Amino acid sequence: MNKVVRKEFFSENVVCLEVEAPRIAKARRAGHFVIVRVDKKGERIPLTISSADVDKGTITLVVQRVGVTSKKLTDLEPGECVADLVGPLGQATDVKKVGTVLACGGGVGVAPLLPIVEAFKKAGNKVVSVLAARTKDLIILEKQIREYSDDVLIMTDDGSYGEKGLITEGMEKVIAREKIDEAVIIGPAIMMKFAAEVTRKHGIPSIASLNTIMVDGTGMCGACRVTVDGKTKFVCVDGPEFDAHKVDFDEMLLRLNGYKDFEKNAYERYNRMQQ
Amino acid sequence: MDKANILKQERETTWRIELRKKIKNKDRTSIERVKMPEADPSERRRSFMEVNRGLTSEAAMTEASRCLDCPTPTCIEGCPVGINIPKFIKNIERGEFLEAARVLKETSSLPAVCGRVCPQEKQCEANCFYTRKLKKPAVAIGYLERFAADYERETGNISIPKKAASKNKKIACIGSGPAGLSFAGEMAKRGYDVTVFEALHEIGGVLKYGIPEFRLPNNIVDVEIESLKKLGVKFETNFIVGKTATIEELKQEGFEGFFVGSGAGLPRFMGIPGENLVGILSSNEYLTRVNLMEANKEDSDTPILKGKRVAVIGGGNTAMDSVRTALRLGAEKAMIIYRRSEEEMPARVEEIKHAKEEGVEFLTLQNPIEYLGDNKGYVRQIRVQRMKLGEPDASGRRRPIPVEGDEYLLDVDTVVVSVGVAPNPLIPQSMPDLKTTSWRTLEVDQESLQTSVPFMFAGGDIVRGGATVILAMGDGRKAANAMDQQLSKNLESSVKE
Repeated sequence: MNKVVRKEFFSENVVCLEVEAPRIAKARRAGHFVIVRVDKKGERIPLTISSADVDKGTITLVVQRVGVTSKKLTDLEPGECVADLVGPLGQATDVKKVGTVLACGGGVGVAPLLPIVEAFKKAGNKVVSVLAARTKDLIILEKQIREYSDDVLIMTDDGSYGEKGLITEGMEKVIAREKIDEAVIIGPAIMMKFAAEVTRKHGIPSIASLNTIMVDGTGMCGACRVTVDGKTKFVCVDGPEFDAHKVDFDEMLLRLNGYKDFEKNAYERYNRMQQ
Repeated sequence: MDKANILKQERETTWRIELRKKIKNKDRTSIERVKMPEADPSERRRSFMEVNRGLTSEAAMTEASRCLDCPTPTCIEGCPVGINIPKFIKNIERGEFLEAARVLKETSSLPAVCGRVCPQEKQCEANCFYTRKLKKPAVAIGYLERFAADYERETGNISIPKKAASKNKKIACIGSGPAGLSFAGEMAKRGYDVTVFEALHEIGGVLKYGIPEFRLPNNIVDVEIESLKKLGVKFETNFIVGKTATIEELKQEGFEGFFVGSGAGLPRFMGIPGENLVGILSSNEYLTRVNLMEANKEDSDTPILKGKRVAVIGGGNTAMDSVRTALRLGAEKAMIIYRRSEEEMPARVEEIKHAKEEGVEFLTLQNPIEYLGDNKGYVRQIRVQRMKLGEPDASGRRRPIPVEGDEYLLDVDTVVVSVGVAPNPLIPQSMPDLKTTSWRTLEVDQESLQTSVPFMFAGGDIVRGGATVILAMGDGRKAANAMDQQLSKNLESSVKE
């Protein structure tokens, strides 16, 4: 169960894992996520399903190394197993034919964006994707995104690939040249906050897929709660996607930082132990 | 033969008659109720060791001799799973401890759990002859149940109940909490092929993620789960029925009957300003991090906020578990904030007593109305409103009303919100035909616990809202009985055809 069958390094710290999970592969839709626990002492973390192969019975997860758990997970080699894998969780993306969709992905946010781009394209929409990252090496899944996009714009902070600039600049450029009917925004919270400001300014309906701290992922604890339109929502059961213009991103950013010191200390301790 | 007659006949077995003759009733009733040995408060308040230490064999036998072996044992009526109380207690009195444990297992799947967490003072012990007629402390039925179950486990002579011949019918049980475990055990005994589906990575529901080690050690729950496995019950963890597979898919895989015991795991928040600040969490999150994820241990990857000044909002057993956990994580000040007075607290008297002995402060007739944080988003203060009691409300408890203008600021660094739970919506969401009430619980027939979907039964908190372990277990047993009848009827009619 939950055996890693393939592992690919997208960059030094971004790893793609294909994991055996036949039931999840069959049941998942765009927008769904899973909860993973790597080993017996491990914590439970949420990861969005990037793609699935129903025939092979596998799902693909893209993991960025940022702490103990993502390190343990990306250190797994093909043939090894994750202790626990549960899903698919959350509400699937509401995919409709709306016209032209602007798909915005920042960093590893492109991984969860991929199935949504695919679904919107298959539903008959025109899809324009803007992928952004700090530098060239961190642009991931470009080929796969191109497969389901009518046009792709690449933005890097340092100009090492595509155009130099932030995702918001790329978005403005696309919005200036054509009518956008809906936007999908996935990436780091701070990026989603500013990207949502752009679409708000232009009156474009937008959804954001939120990535908060989670424990169980089934609605029983509220660790993942966010304020949407003034009301408390649980990302794991009510989301992960919400109206990007109604999310309190400032609160979300503060909550994401709640365990930062723990995480830093735990990672340092883990790295020391590994040496 | 009906139940009353069986009880009568058993009471007339030679050993029971002789036991009754051995000590005069007057002498029995003059024995004082046993006291549960407890770990010293100063030692236990910083440790997750179990607080109640259990009875010695001698103490258990003495306590058992207080039981008068009544001709009509009313205590049984108070037990939601109908344990044959005099029979197990009389076995303890004559020193047949393993036989006592076997009697418990005739009707209960988790005696070591129930002996620890049941509110006996409201159930069996409230119906004991001592409380009803003699106005004396009841026979310590809960302590004795725990003693027999612990004795069996510790001596390694665990008995597996008799099983009926296989019925070759697959049954699905959704949720592995007390309702599900009780249902699964009953159905397995009746010869069904039962699979329990659990969303989390561990079996046991609230017994594992909710109730702390100092009240119910996880290894005790695991031993009882092992017994169910030996009975043939299968467990699938990390499986969310309705998400990982639908009910329809499971039916296609051959499951004929379904029991929903998915509980009331959805935490309520109060919806007051600042409630989403960092450091404010639900008791479910707080307790799950510690009990299920072992965040209190050095080698666990799951972090936990070890607050110095911790306020727990609420007055139920979950609030007591949370505040006592806070102490054990090193809090200098661990406080209960409750809007009514201590008299109205829903927590067990024993838990309140234990919390006080350990140094928990009780701020009653007070209610948080706002949380204030620092610029990093961490909670720093609670605006507390003082309350007074008004007229009784629908629940019969006096309604708390704010004392206008009487509020103050309380310094805190961690807040645990423990103001109740709502039914888990996953199953109703995935099955539109399933009727729910305005409380979002499942609608069931009171007698059979059958839902609006004929092949589906339900029990425990998904039907009751937040209730107790033993009521959930009683439901599991009742639903098993009804489902067995339904499926046996189907079997008969198909044979006739």
